[in-house]
Amino acid sequence: MTRIVHHPILGSLNNRQKFSFVFNGQELEAYENETIAAALLANGIRTLRHHEESGSPRGFYCNIGHCMECRLTVNEQANVRACLTTVKPNMAVQSGKQHPNIVKRMVEENE
Amino acid sequence: MSEILIIGAGPAGLSGAIACAQHGLKVTIIDEFIKPGGRLLGQLHQEPSGEWWNGMKEAEKLINETKTLPIDIRCGVSVYNIERHDADWYVYTNEGVFESPYVLIATGAAEYAIPVPGWTLPGVMSIGASQVMTNVHRVQVGKKGIIIGANVLAFAILNELQMAGINIERVVLPAESPISKKESNPEEVLKILTEAGHLAPSALLRNGSKLMKIDSLRRMALKYFPKGGMKINGTPLQLKKAAIEIVGNEKVEGVKLATIDSQGNIISGTEKLYEADFVCIAGGLYPLAELAAVAGCPFKYIPQLGGHVPIHSKNMETPIPGMFVAGNITGIESGKIAMAQGTVAGLAIAMASQSNAKIDEQLQQALQKVEEVRTKSPIQFIPEIAEGRLAMERVWEKESNRGELERVIF
Repeated sequence: MTRIVHHPILGSLNNRQKFSFVFNGQELEAYENETIAAALLANGIRTLRHHEESGSPRGFYCNIGHCMECRLTVNEQANVRACLTTVKPNMAVQSGKQHPNIVKRMVEENE
Repeated sequence: MSEILIIGAGPAGLSGAIACAQHGLKVTIIDEFIKPGGRLLGQLHQEPSGEWWNGMKEAEKLINETKTLPIDIRCGVSVYNIERHDADWYVYTNEGVFESPYVLIATGAAEYAIPVPGWTLPGVMSIGASQVMTNVHRVQVGKKGIIIGANVLAFAILNELQMAGINIERVVLPAESPISKKESNPEEVLKILTEAGHLAPSALLRNGSKLMKIDSLRRMALKYFPKGGMKINGTPLQLKKAAIEIVGNEKVEGVKLATIDSQGNIISGTEKLYEADFVCIAGGLYPLAELAAVAGCPFKYIPQLGGHVPIHSKNMETPIPGMFVAGNITGIESGKIAMAQGTVAGLAIAMASQSNAKIDEQLQQALQKVEEVRTKSPIQFIPEIAEGRLAMERVWEKESNRGELERVIF
């Protein structure tokens, strides 16, 4: 995705500080005072996590902290909402992964 | 410790803070978002008068005003519990416990979800999410979008997306499900759209909106509603298409649409896949009121206000001592109303802490202002909002007649 640098009413965005942060081991570019969700989308990343149980891919849904769909691990802190957290230089961000479900696997094997 | 703690730094919270800080009260405002302004930040539309409503600028004005007063704004603070002990409120957050004799809950609204099969795919978002990404964060949400749900909020944000150069291919209805009710019925949707004023698609609906209030004419309009849709600034509104599934592998790739009759019934064999890389779901707004519930405030279900709302007086006080509410938590209306209500709440709190004639006079003016703003408003999210407000006034009257003893139960 790209950024909306020029806007007919809101004006242009210039002279914003750029820095890098890390998402799943990959170095990406972000701008100061933007959320992790915005920085990732600007880098073309929509999938923020995989559902703990089903493993289905998830992105941000509400973008204002209500739905909890965008939770990530940030600097080793789990369950941080990407839409409410300002990205910082060198921040280490990790997407959520599907959890092993031993009981479910056992049931499946015995079916 | 501040003398008043405000939860939510949107139009209601900021205006409330300014009103009571002007009377010398020390205020702390907390908000979850990265910056103050609430949903004002994304709002951008032209009024019928030709004047622009630039929410970002409005928020800036309010924030600048708070800087001249004893107001401390703390962002990135999430509340997870609220309790009252003796004469004080204790508000538990990720940044510790805030203590205050008065609390103003101005948490705004949240969006109703309309679950459509495939809606958990990355690239599906609420219509409000696309507004924030576009106008606040200035990041494109995609190249080719479809909006599911036709209501006033959807049209306001469609306009904002178009302004920012974001391509919306079409606006369609959600397919009928136990959760989508009126939103899936073209006749009901058309009824709502006639209330959308200048935001209504096409001159026919705008100028003909009075005519469209007549049931038989509306039915006829629907019968002859163009198959390709009615253009809204280039984007077709397709009242006779319903989204039955969002499809994609790992992310949105398209939406399966079907033709529906004027009652929303799917005409079988008409399903077709339309390409898209993002989808916005517009289910409308409801008051975000959990905190008032946690605090023990009694509620009333008033559909004309948007759902379950904490019981409150015209002065924005609740039956719970020291707890006030303002803005969309009390009913779904515009940011301008939220500002006017915030001022009422701020002055009512100032009155409660240091009653005097001057504040009372300002309070009466502020109450009048709320009515004025409502009457002048060119659009209403809920057409019957005034009825909803009256219903709450009656509930409050009953509530205050119940006497103190009974109220202690809460």
